[in-house]
Amino acid sequence: MPDLLLELLSEEIPARMQGRATEDLRKLVTERLVDAGLVYEGAKAFATPRRLTLYVQGVPARQPDLREERKGPRLGAPEVAVQGFLKSAGLSSLANATIQRDPKKGDFYVALIEKPGRPAIEVLAEILPIVIRTFPWPKSMRWGSGRLTWVRPLHSIVATFGPETEEPDIVPFSVDDIAVGNATSGHRFMAPKAIRVKRFDDYARKLEKAKVVLDPARRKDTIAHEARQLAFAQGLDLVEDDALLDEVAGLVEWPVVLMGTFDAAFLAIPGEVIRSTIRNNQKCFVVRRGSQEGSSPVGTHGAAPQGGMTNGLAPKFILVSNIEATDGGASIIAGNERVIHARLSDAKFFYETDLKTRLEDRLHKFQGIVFHEKLGSQWERIERIGLLAAELAPLVGADVELAKRAALLCKADLLTEVVGEFPELQGVMGRYYALAQGEDDSVARACEEHYKPIGPSDRVPADPVSVAVALADKIDTLVGFWAIDEKPTGSKDPFALRRAALGVIRIVLDNGLRCRLSNLIEGYLVHLRLEPREGTEPVGEAAPRSRPGAAGFSDGLLGFFADRLKVQLREQGARHDLVDAVFALEGQDDLLLIARRVEALAGLLDSTDGQNLLAGYKRATNIIRIEEKRDQTRYAGAADPTLYRQAEERELAQAIGAAEAEAKDAIAREDFAAAMSAMAKLRPHVDSFFERVTVNLEGGEEEKKVRVNRLKLLNQIRTATLAVADFSRIEG
Amino acid sequence: MAASQLPPHMRPDRSFQGLILALQRYWADYGCVILQPYDMEVGAGTFHPATTLRSLGPRPWNAAYVQPSRRPKDGRYGENPNRLQHYYQFQVILKPSPPDIQDLYLKSLAAIGIDSRLHDIRFVEDDWESPTLGAWGLGWECWCDGMEVSQFTYFQQVAGFECAPVSGELTYGLERLAMYVQGVDRVFDLNFNGRDDEKRVSYGDVFLQAEQEYSRHNFEHADTGMLFEQFRMAESACRQYLDAGWANGNKGRHLMALPAYDQCIKASHVFNLLDARGVISVTERQSYILRVRDLAKACGEAWLATDGGGAN
Repeated sequence: MPDLLLELLSEEIPARMQGRATEDLRKLVTERLVDAGLVYEGAKAFATPRRLTLYVQGVPARQPDLREERKGPRLGAPEVAVQGFLKSAGLSSLANATIQRDPKKGDFYVALIEKPGRPAIEVLAEILPIVIRTFPWPKSMRWGSGRLTWVRPLHSIVATFGPETEEPDIVPFSVDDIAVGNATSGHRFMAPKAIRVKRFDDYARKLEKAKVVLDPARRKDTIAHEARQLAFAQGLDLVEDDALLDEVAGLVEWPVVLMGTFDAAFLAIPGEVIRSTIRNNQKCFVVRRGSQEGSSPVGTHGAAPQGGMTNGLAPKFILVSNIEATDGGASIIAGNERVIHARLSDAKFFYETDLKTRLEDRLHKFQGIVFHEKLGSQWERIERIGLLAAELAPLVGADVELAKRAALLCKADLLTEVVGEFPELQGVMGRYYALAQGEDDSVARACEEHYKPIGPSDRVPADPVSVAVALADKIDTLVGFWAIDEKPTGSKDPFALRRAALGVIRIVLDNGLRCRLSNLIEGYLVHLRLEPREGTEPVGEAAPRSRPGAAGFSDGLLGFFADRLKVQLREQGARHDLVDAVFALEGQDDLLLIARRVEALAGLLDSTDGQNLLAGYKRATNIIRIEEKRDQTRYAGAADPTLYRQAEERELAQAIGAAEAEAKDAIAREDFAAAMSAMAKLRPHVDSFFERVTVNLEGGEEEKKVRVNRLKLLNQIRTATLAVADFSRIEG
Repeated sequence: MAASQLPPHMRPDRSFQGLILALQRYWADYGCVILQPYDMEVGAGTFHPATTLRSLGPRPWNAAYVQPSRRPKDGRYGENPNRLQHYYQFQVILKPSPPDIQDLYLKSLAAIGIDSRLHDIRFVEDDWESPTLGAWGLGWECWCDGMEVSQFTYFQQVAGFECAPVSGELTYGLERLAMYVQGVDRVFDLNFNGRDDEKRVSYGDVFLQAEQEYSRHNFEHADTGMLFEQFRMAESACRQYLDAGWANGNKGRHLMALPAYDQCIKASHVFNLLDARGVISVTERQSYILRVRDLAKACGEAWLATDGGGAN
């Protein structure tokens, strides 16, 4: 079966858009092929900085023929109806229609419409221009005098279609004045001449000869491999960087990896600054001294940075060029070295300038910087974080004064030159500057760590001072934005509240912290002196700050935490129904206890006792539900011991009483495992009850009373289990 | 004339002025109108009416010129090796953008001695937006061995109006480019006139004192009272000229778009000076930008009602 080769050659496509574009191209074309009845065997798409290429294998040469019977009017129907039928079925007269007999409803006309399948190449000639004209680039543009839009000017299109053994045809279409053919060109500088191509294999081979590696995965492999090799040859290690690798692979058609050097004197600048300078501005990789020398990688701070603060970086960098230069790359390396020298000089200047001003001396500027118009200035926010951090300090085992100091300084690096240049170094620089001015190590650490955890793989702060400030920072954000009704909706979360809530959860869980969120939130609303809305109320200390009703407010925010916690526990492998079963209980706002209880519940359900208890519970609740429905009543309240007729009833009642008391006692001790074991003891009694006792007795008044009593006993199983979890939420 | 045939002091890799002359000659050969700098203070070559206004409307237009650019905030008292509050841009505007504009650009690099077989030239995504001009476009920064040497933009919108046809704009950072081809690390060390004897004049000889003086002026002494007043005056004059320029009081034809636009440029530069003096708060900043943009849009509208803007 024939294959399609499509190449769209344009001016340089932004690296960040290439991956998505290949996916879109493949999907858009193949979905339309399938819709047209052309089921293909396989499809692959590729991107380079200048081209998007699609290869669809095994497309049928023709669409399948379609046969359709169209029912027409009855024999002798009015002329209008007949004419309408003929027209819609494309018939010239009724003679071309057949007559279908129907003894019940009367005979009627039928038109047999045969739609022969069209050649696939014709279908492609329709599909491809539509895909090109409607391609979903994140940003597209016009050029010259045309109206066509593409990510950058589109220059030529290759579209060939044909079986392996024959010369393929050119798919006959055009897009505005861009002709379609079988000609493309190779590398912009090394092989710019036109190349005629046939099928995909021929195309990929000719491109390779013309210094274009079509497959981005291969370009990435080449770059990563050669970069490691170059580093290794010097006894160095590449600082791996996947995002940079992706980007660089999208900037070159023919990767040539080279190594340059910078002045070792720059290693006095923090390694993170060197890396950001070289990476962000120059899209080059940094390398560190080989692991055999025992250095630590960039960005990890096992120990406090000190001395040279190099984090083991070597004064080398790795660049990826797009050409095999005629001088072996000497000019390219020299040029890059000069740029990097200039950039590092700037960075060094920024860093040294920053060191001349103490962090606290920068703080007054925050008074003039609005954090959010309804939440006051950055300075007000810093003050609030300080108050909260001081309150939290004893709870998390941190020194109050250190926590206050850390909260005061933790945002100060936002006003430094280095962070102005490299916003991603916020916190990291705070730590360097705090250490440089002789702050306590835990204060310096908190300057960096209070932002954490940022992503799912980010480390959670453990140092008590960091924990206090990190929690304060996040709770201020959450309560503040919640209070001014800037809650996340759908996919929109402009103030990253989900991340903040998840951060609180991870800090609390990882550090085993006990706190009642509702108290924390309600207490914090007091700190959050909300500004009255402009023009509606007097401003100033005397004016009462408007604040939302604390209770309803904290419920809403607690619900938000609950949802985040569910997500988090689920990601850690907990069953969502167990999380629900715990959340359904009253007053669950201690994250740590919730997590522990979910864990204990999972332990219970992993045991046979737990499984059988759950089965017994389900059986009991099913019976009660059915009987309650039938009797239009509720079977609540204690069972009457004088109505027990069988030993199993008595034993179950005793066991329920004992288990409930033991479980509640264990819960009060926060020993959830013990509480679950207590519940598990119910299992044999529940089992033998169901084995030996008939609930729905038939008979007279006495039997009715016994039946009701038995139903109440079953209900006690339900209420007893509520001591540990709401079993009705558990699946299975 | 090929670069190698030039007398040494005229070569683009030997003198700053040689670089400018080579670019001018190259784009003149292509058919561009070689203009002289606009005689007003602007933040970038784009502000020159030969770009801003000429990129609006249907008429073809190919021009190239050097534009001294003032960025009061970028002053460093002459102490930074790369940053200047006054520098030169070489600006090329081609409307409609020709299909081979990338090749034309690469050949212009060759004309100043950058050999694409030896150097790694790259087009790296860089979209352009000018909030004060109500303008945006897509394009790249052009890198040579990791250094940004030019900006390349396809204008999509200027002064709030869609550009049709689209202009291609090339902006060469002349000092950087010269530093690159001369192999100099400090801008003030550039050889300006290409002489190596006692006649040698460096970039520092020409501009160092100016950098120092203007940095003092921009950051410390510029008369903010006067500047606030100038902003207000320019804004009001711009509006006044725009109002007066509509022929017969209807919006079919405008007779004073260019003088009005001068006042818009003036307001923009005065705003930059105020900004450098640090007397405009973050919130005010946005509102000043919007005020300049409103002027730019009104000027664009007026321009489109002139001959140059394609009105008949």
